[in-house]
Amino acid sequence: MAEVVLKHIEKLYENGFHAVKDLNLDIADGEFLVLVGPSGCGKSTALRMVAGLEDISGGDLFIGERRVNDLPPQDRDIAMVFQSYALYPHMSVADNIAYGLKLRKMPKSEIQARIKKAADMLELNDYLERKPAQLSGGQRQRVAMGRAIVREPAVFLMDEPLSNLDAKLRVQMRAEISAVVRSLGTTTIYVTHDQVEAMTMGDRMAVMKAGVLNQVGTPQEVYDSPNNIFVAQFVGSPPMNLVQGRLEESGDGVTVKIGEATLEVPASVLDERPGLRQYLGKDVALGLRSEDMEDASLLKEVPPNATLKGTVTLVEALGSEIVVHFDLPGEAVVTDDTKLVAAEIGGDDAIDVGHTGGVKWVASFAPRSRVRVGEDVTIVADIERMHWFDAHSGEAIRG
Amino acid sequence: MVGQDLGMVEIVTLEANPGLLALPWQTPLAEWPRDVTVSMPRGISRNVVRFVALRPALAQGEGLGEEVYAVKELPEWIARKEYRLLVELDRLGLPVAEAAAVVAGRTSVDGDPLPGAVLTKYVRFSLPFRALFAADPDAATAERLLDALVVLLVRLHLAGFMWSDCSLSNTLFRRDAGQFEAYLVDAETGELHPKLSAGQRAWDVELATEKCAGELLDIQAGGLLAHGDPIEMGLSIGPRYVRLWELVTGELRVRPDQMWRLDERIRQLQQAGFDVEELSMATALGEAGQEVVIRPRVVESGFNSRRLLSLTGLDTGENQARRLLSDIEAFRIAGMPEANQEAAARAWLARQYQPLVAAVPHHLRGRLEPPEVYHEVLEHRWYLCQQESRDVPWEEAVARYIAEILEHKPDEVVLSQAESVPVPPASADPDPTPEAVAESPGPMPLR
Repeated sequence: MAEVVLKHIEKLYENGFHAVKDLNLDIADGEFLVLVGPSGCGKSTALRMVAGLEDISGGDLFIGERRVNDLPPQDRDIAMVFQSYALYPHMSVADNIAYGLKLRKMPKSEIQARIKKAADMLELNDYLERKPAQLSGGQRQRVAMGRAIVREPAVFLMDEPLSNLDAKLRVQMRAEISAVVRSLGTTTIYVTHDQVEAMTMGDRMAVMKAGVLNQVGTPQEVYDSPNNIFVAQFVGSPPMNLVQGRLEESGDGVTVKIGEATLEVPASVLDERPGLRQYLGKDVALGLRSEDMEDASLLKEVPPNATLKGTVTLVEALGSEIVVHFDLPGEAVVTDDTKLVAAEIGGDDAIDVGHTGGVKWVASFAPRSRVRVGEDVTIVADIERMHWFDAHSGEAIRG
Repeated sequence: MVGQDLGMVEIVTLEANPGLLALPWQTPLAEWPRDVTVSMPRGISRNVVRFVALRPALAQGEGLGEEVYAVKELPEWIARKEYRLLVELDRLGLPVAEAAAVVAGRTSVDGDPLPGAVLTKYVRFSLPFRALFAADPDAATAERLLDALVVLLVRLHLAGFMWSDCSLSNTLFRRDAGQFEAYLVDAETGELHPKLSAGQRAWDVELATEKCAGELLDIQAGGLLAHGDPIEMGLSIGPRYVRLWELVTGELRVRPDQMWRLDERIRQLQQAGFDVEELSMATALGEAGQEVVIRPRVVESGFNSRRLLSLTGLDTGENQARRLLSDIEAFRIAGMPEANQEAAARAWLARQYQPLVAAVPHHLRGRLEPPEVYHEVLEHRWYLCQQESRDVPWEEAVARYIAEILEHKPDEVVLSQAESVPVPPASADPDPTPEAVAESPGPMPLR
């Protein structure tokens, strides 16, 4: 096991394409880090530089104490796992797990010990002498994982390992990989474009865009405090709702105007983000997650100056909640980042201009809500949970 | 099946073959009826694979032969990727299974989405490695297969293709004058780059080592490898690769009076089947004084096969071509020493090669490719001469080879003779029964 440190890592291809720009990451020993981002963001390139598949154009890469920039893959003590594994039908489960160790000329006693350890972890002890055909699909997957585990590398590297599985197996394997890697305590770098995998699997996630690391933190930190509009929209499902707003002074306080609605900005929000005062009289981009809204008709007391009105376009009853799509009067936030996220997730769920000329938003209401398609709805927005971004740079307004 | 409601299925193909539309795309591949599929020697695949026989697009008339296609079911985006890669690799002149079509937008009769599919043409006279071991279960077979695989890997790497799944199972092998020529048949994990880094190549070699060792251990466990150590065989891939890569790309430093070493290198390259397009030369001061630093720029392999094709029109493997070219030269020296190579080749074709091909009885023509038959007759004649200490005439050698050797070989031609041969249970099916796997030709898929 080892710490992995990327210091000012660059990848510049001969054709001039700058795939990774000044990437700095410090991945602790035993940590599970997920590199996530849209296609072409540089996440796989970064992983491949760690693996030794791509030459490093600049910067320093350390695995443990060693600077490994110039070491070939086989000398880095890493394992690229779960890619294109197949089990061999005439070999027992134990042999299927162990043959890679035989290839490395490991002593028999050590091989046996490692098989036992892996089998214990994967609950395969009772199946070690069986042939793969006598196993269930899930057990076969675990045998393949066992093959990687027994190598006991310093670092596991996984590049979209679940991308060719069907949805059901993907969910199952997501949980199994997480559990096994945590149990092993092996440093792991996992690349995915799927933000659900990023949210659910890693200790931390690193969000990349266009070769640049945009944010790194625990999934909850990134979700709760995105650094910019791109991260805000890319992380979370549905993506964060966005709309243009205008900050204005109003008597002793501050309000934000969204379309025809005016919301009062509590002092606590201004205290937490002193930089907001510099935007008085200016446009800002506002973000609000779906769960930070509620159907006003369900509340006994509706806070003053904290409501938005919209027209319902779609209702999805999920049992535990009702997902309500509505058109919010206002001006859409359209930037390169919102377009990128829209393209990545197919467009429908991304912020866009709604049918009635407003902005398409999504809210999660308590299941008691009885809103219907075509009706107007009053929504209570939790302004304390609102996200504030510079309308031009897209950066979060904080300090 | 023609006229069925195909829904919105989308078929992208380089040849407009109506037979493609007649396939039951609304049925999961694992459930395709046996009257649609044909039985073929099977390789390994993580995915469900079936074989179908279709008339080629330009041969729709009665009595014209059918061609066998492998149909592989896999997620649409991977299917599209693999199809594009196979088309591109083929365009680069690399030995790959020819991509025939990619199918997307499949739905079941109930409207449920189904995976995409890739169709590739089966490489005629090729066999998966397990079938070759079943016929010839010795370590020498493994050695020749690994040699062929390494040549394929080097060729792919020279073209900038990182396979990421190089294994005996993802390859088909065609006999090539006693050796084998390897064809890539599974490219779903591959990537084509302008140039591969040393790390990418090393990674591919490491994967190949691990996968081939596993496959050889498996056939040993299955009783198909009588001799040899699968681990050592697997570990030999790295050194084999390094030797060939060095030969093909390595720089040569010679003293100005040692330029003959350049000729030697070029001959070695041609011997290995590679052609030298250009040389870059520079002078440098070495330990022994002034040196010429030469780096050959090697282009696609097939030096000998292209030469034979231009002389005779015969399309053969590289080793077969080398053997036949040698025979043409021997034929010229023995019978028409004044003739040039072109004239000798024409005469050889008419007097030597074509009569041999014609002498093979019709029912034996599926046993081996004609160039391979020719090579084996040469071998057999040499053997007979040694055994009987006399100069065995060509006609006698041909007759005895057919009776003593060819008659007893299994068919290796890939034709859709069987219209309703039961398909053996697929190793790639989601949950094969133990009985199915006992017969299965390859590793279990993970799903």
